[in-house]
This record gives sequence, structure tokens and C-alpha cells, in this order.
Amino acid sequence: MCQRCNERPATVHFTKIVNGEQSGYHLCEQCAKEHGGFFAKAAQAFDFNQLLSGLLNMESSPGFSAPPATSLRCSSCGMSYSQFTEIGRLGCPKCYESFSVRLDPLLRRIQNGTAHSGKVPVRSGEQVKVRKNLDTLRKELQSAIASEQFERAAQLRDQIRDLEQRMNH
Amino acid sequence: MSLSDFLQTAMSQWMKNGGPEDDIVLSSRIRVARNIHDTPFPTLQTDTHANYVIDQVTSAIATPEMQHLGTFELLRCVEMSPLDRQVLVEKHLISRDLAEGGKHGAVILRSDEVASILVNEEDHLRIQCIMPGLRLNEAWTLASQIDDAFEMTLAYAFHEQYGYLTACPTNVGTGIRASVMMHLPGLVLTGQISRMLAAISQVGLTVRGIYGEGSEALGNIFQVSNQMTLGETEEEIIGNLSSVVSQLIDHERNARRALAEENREALEDRVCRSFGILAYARRMDSKETLQRLSDVRLGIDMGIIKGVSAGILKELMVMTQPAFLQKYYRQELHPAERDIRRAALIRERLRMDDTEVR
Repeated sequence: MCQRCNERPATVHFTKIVNGEQSGYHLCEQCAKEHGGFFAKAAQAFDFNQLLSGLLNMESSPGFSAPPATSLRCSSCGMSYSQFTEIGRLGCPKCYESFSVRLDPLLRRIQNGTAHSGKVPVRSGEQVKVRKNLDTLRKELQSAIASEQFERAAQLRDQIRDLEQRMNH
Repeated sequence: MSLSDFLQTAMSQWMKNGGPEDDIVLSSRIRVARNIHDTPFPTLQTDTHANYVIDQVTSAIATPEMQHLGTFELLRCVEMSPLDRQVLVEKHLISRDLAEGGKHGAVILRSDEVASILVNEEDHLRIQCIMPGLRLNEAWTLASQIDDAFEMTLAYAFHEQYGYLTACPTNVGTGIRASVMMHLPGLVLTGQISRMLAAISQVGLTVRGIYGEGSEALGNIFQVSNQMTLGETEEEIIGNLSSVVSQLIDHERNARRALAEENREALEDRVCRSFGILAYARRMDSKETLQRLSDVRLGIDMGIIKGVSAGILKELMVMTQPAFLQKYYRQELHPAERDIRRAALIRERLRMDDTEVR
């Protein structure tokens, strides 16, 4: 018997799960159609951003130990990770590094891996290479100084100066 | 102004016929997302940031490298009337988001409208190239050249691992969205379309109807595009899409052949009935227009209707949109008036080819 009108036989059976709580419904066809409003609403609410936020909030695997979403914030533009999950868009290019612990598992799901293999910009690509080189050289310089290899340190300092000039030019 | 003169000036390159497989592929489009280094994405943009982006791209289009690629003009959205912005949406040159979005949006148009660059939409730059027929590689080559020319003056947000950085992680990496607009009445009429669409979504591509809401595809026009942007090269992404499109073309041709062999009379009736309605009706809503145009175009492709140019589908599907109608008749039109004017415009266009139309 239909739960709603108590008149017609129940022919539509469905289970609604809200926050893990299940409830069963047994309705006749007519009542199900009238009740259908909530199916339609559910369909309307299903947009891309929500889909993305759903993925963003999903933990990738048990034992996954990323910092809690609430404490992540981009040091450059100030966007918080939870803001990002709401609007589905990042605040600035730096967000990719600020949120990388959480973005990497997301990218693995929505993209074909996490490593770019396509076009590289001529100028910015060169800068990326130089910047990476500089990082390595600066680290080497630190350890050269620490181990008192001053001749080596002087060489490294000159190399770094050269690269820095190329960057700024 | 006569309709043929208006068509000459109002049509973008892609709306004209031509290009490989143009009996099925209406257009090919490449869109590349780019952002400027160390500058917040439009999501968090202040007036200062937005103007900085506009200044940067304004000087970028004045360089010899850019001028070598054509004549470009920057139009700020606030300087255009809502009607003019809507016309650009109907011509697929800008997105609805840009047209209706904030005060910071702008578009850079190449004079032949093959290339348009959206500024301060979701990303700082979206370089778009759209061409008639199946010409993804050509469109990519042009988009990539424009990209290189911009890069002469702009420092892009590029990350060694993630590639080109975009506001939404669904575009990161190559930033490329390649899409092909296809007319698939054969697959729809033979009931094979949903099976094909389900198969396509299994191989990393998405399909949507470009007119109509939800799953309904008006005018049997579908857009197939890549879903993922990170992990494969641009050439791999385009190659994958092209091979699926080629298979769709084969299936569509087979379906048309089957229709002609097994159901000729029903097909002729459908096509000629639609032609009759387009040629004589006094009121046409946009939904029926698209359906009838699709039938007539199928009739032209299959040799059932002669003496009408195949280009009418693309021309009229754009020209009969609300903003275009109002542009042509140079007045504001209510929906009911639009239906009358739409029918008149269609008859006028058919008369350009066929004197029998009343």
C-alpha cells in the first residue's frame, strides 16, 4: 500500500540516503510523480562545481595523511583550501604549490596523471629551468661553505651571479 | 541592407561551408588557456590586476610577431552593448560567461574571426581558433602561433611539473580543449546515438548537444571534446579526438546509407515536409527551426533536395538566434515578433537559392 495516499498499491520503491542514514519509501506511481519534485531538485543541484567539490573533499585512501583542509592556505593570494572546494577555482598560480598535497590525488583522478608532457613556453620554460638550476647551485654553495671548500664556493657564487643576471635581463 | 550583403559582413569564417568532411563536421575549435605569472587568477582579481592584464595583452597584440599573424582588435565588454555581446556569443566567438560576466572582460578578435582571445574570463587568456570542417591540426597550429606571439611579451604562469597553470584544475597542463561540432541526424534517426555517446565517454572524451537543455540535442548537432588536459601532449589529445571523430563520421555515413536503402520514402517525406515548412511557414520558434534545418541539410547531403546550398544549416542556425535577428532587423523584438521575423528571414534566405519559395 502507498505510504502517502494509503489508497493505491505501492509500485515505486526507493531508498533515500542522507548523511549515511537510510530510509525506505514505498509509493504508488501517482504519488511518486507528485513527489518527484525532489528528484528534479536533486538533478538541478547536480552541477559541475559540486561534482568537483565532492572529489576535492574525498580522502584518497585510508591512512592518507594530508594536513586537514581547514589549515591549508595559499601564502601568496590567501585563498584557503576550503574556499577552493566551494568555488572550484584556484586563486593564483602559487595555489598549485600551496595545495599540492591535496591537489596531486585530485589530479590523478580527474586528469591523465600529474605530469605535464606537452608544449613548454620558450621564455618562461627557460626561466623555469634557470630557476631550478639556481636552486641547486645555491644549495651546493651552502654545503661548500659549510665544509670550508672556499675555492669551490667562489666558483659557485660566480655561476649564480651569471644566472641571476640572465634572469633579470 | 539586403540579406546577401548582411551575410557577407556578418558571417564568421567557420559559418561558411568548406573544409574536409564538411557534410558532417560543421566546425573544429581549439581553445588554449593561459595565465600571467605572479598575478591572481580572475577569481580573486582586483581592478588593478584586471587592468594590468588588459594593459599587458594590449601591448602584446601591437608587436610585429602578432601583427604578422593578422589584424587584431581588443574590445572591452563594457564598451559593447549587451546585444553586440550576445551576437558574439551566438557566433561562438565568446562565451556566455564572458558576455554576462563582470566589468573586466574583453575580447581580442582577428578580423576574419577565425581567432578570438577571451581576456579575464575564467583565465587571463583563452586563445580560441575556430575553422569550418575537420581541421583540428590547422586550428592548433594557429592557436600555438598566437600563443608564441603572446609569450614574446607575456610571462606565463608555467610550472615544471603541472605545465600551464589555470584557475580550474580541470584545464591545467596543456590548457587545451579541442572540440568538433558534428551534424549527426543519421545516428539519431536510426536510434544509435545514445550507444555511440556512451562509448565516447569511455575514452576520455565528452559529448554534448550544443543547442537545447540537458540531454536533448536540438538540430542533431553535437560537440565532441577532450576531457583531460594534463598528462598527454597536445598532439596526442588532438590525435585521439580526431580518430574518434573519424569513426563517428563512418558510422554516420553508414546510418545515412541504411536510411536511404531501407526507408527511402519515410526519409524523403520527412526532409521535404521540413523544407515545405521552412519555405512557407509564417511563424517559427528556434527549436523547430533547428529541427527543420537539420532535416533539410540531410536532404541536401543525400541529394533529395537540389538547388539549395548546404551552407544554410550553419548560416541559419546562427542567424536565427535572438540577438542576430534583432541585429538584422535593427530593432528590439519580443519572442512572438521574433518567431514571425525568423520565419521571414528563413524564407528570404531560401529565396536566394530557390525562386519557388513564397
